[in-house]
Amino acid sequence: MGEASRISRYLYTVIVLFLIWLFLTASLDTQELEIGLLLSLIVGAFTYEIFTTNGLANLNPKRIAYAIAYIPYFLWAMIMANLDVAYRVLHPKRPINPGIVECRTVLESDVGKLSLANSITLTPGTITLDVDGDKYFIHWIDVKDDSVEGASKNITQPFEKFLKVIFG
Amino acid sequence: MNALAAIGEVLVLLGTFFYFLSALGLIRMPDVYNRMQTSTKSATLGSLGVMVGVGIWALGTDFGSIPWLTKTIVIAVFLLLTNPISAHALIRAAYKSGIPLWEGSVVDKYREHLEAKEREEVEETPAEEGGEE
Repeated sequence: MGEASRISRYLYTVIVLFLIWLFLTASLDTQELEIGLLLSLIVGAFTYEIFTTNGLANLNPKRIAYAIAYIPYFLWAMIMANLDVAYRVLHPKRPINPGIVECRTVLESDVGKLSLANSITLTPGTITLDVDGDKYFIHWIDVKDDSVEGASKNITQPFEKFLKVIFG
Repeated sequence: MNALAAIGEVLVLLGTFFYFLSALGLIRMPDVYNRMQTSTKSATLGSLGVMVGVGIWALGTDFGSIPWLTKTIVIAVFLLLTNPISAHALIRAAYKSGIPLWEGSVVDKYREHLEAKEREEVEETPAEEGGEE
């Protein structure tokens, strides 16, 4: 996926900033909307170059649908992660079996890698230690399979099917 | 007392329970990596529960309104996006500054990777490396 035009990137930044403004003020008063739009236009002009490389292509309906489907999936994984942590902390024998494993990813964009790393950190028993190219080094609290393929199947692949569509 | 306030109270209670687990994990886990593991996850979900819970709780009382909920949701999303990054930075810094893994750890692929990389660099630039040492 190549870079989008500057106009499209700028518009996308403004839309995201304006949405954040809407949530923060939580008011649909005309004066609030005007000053919010003005501020989004100014801040967007300064920051769009580092904010996105895809521009309005991010608003593709398929991507939005996958992103919305990803939210409950991710929250569910997070709740399971916390129950897992609760079990390990409260169990008298402290059943941990930690280690650092290596995973591969099929994601290509930097934002996709970032969100995969974030998702890994917040889900059962894993925390991202370092990312180098397509290799992820992950501290796993309960190592079941220390080969590269096995670890990828257990850790990264459940998220990749969503993130591949959302970020490419 | 109505349904919204009750949901909010339950969420806040769950959040504080996970806060407690996070603190307990700091005491019970053997090394910095496992401590980071428990503290990041539990503290993130705990904060999420407490914040969204407060937003919903406020809807059920007479002083609350929709802005409470939207603001708490924005804060929760920001926290959800930034907390894992800070955990990643801390754990990576801990590894780089040479803190050893717990003796029960089974595998360390990262050290193998770093050593392989170092060897590659030495092979690529043998003259410079030799000259410096």
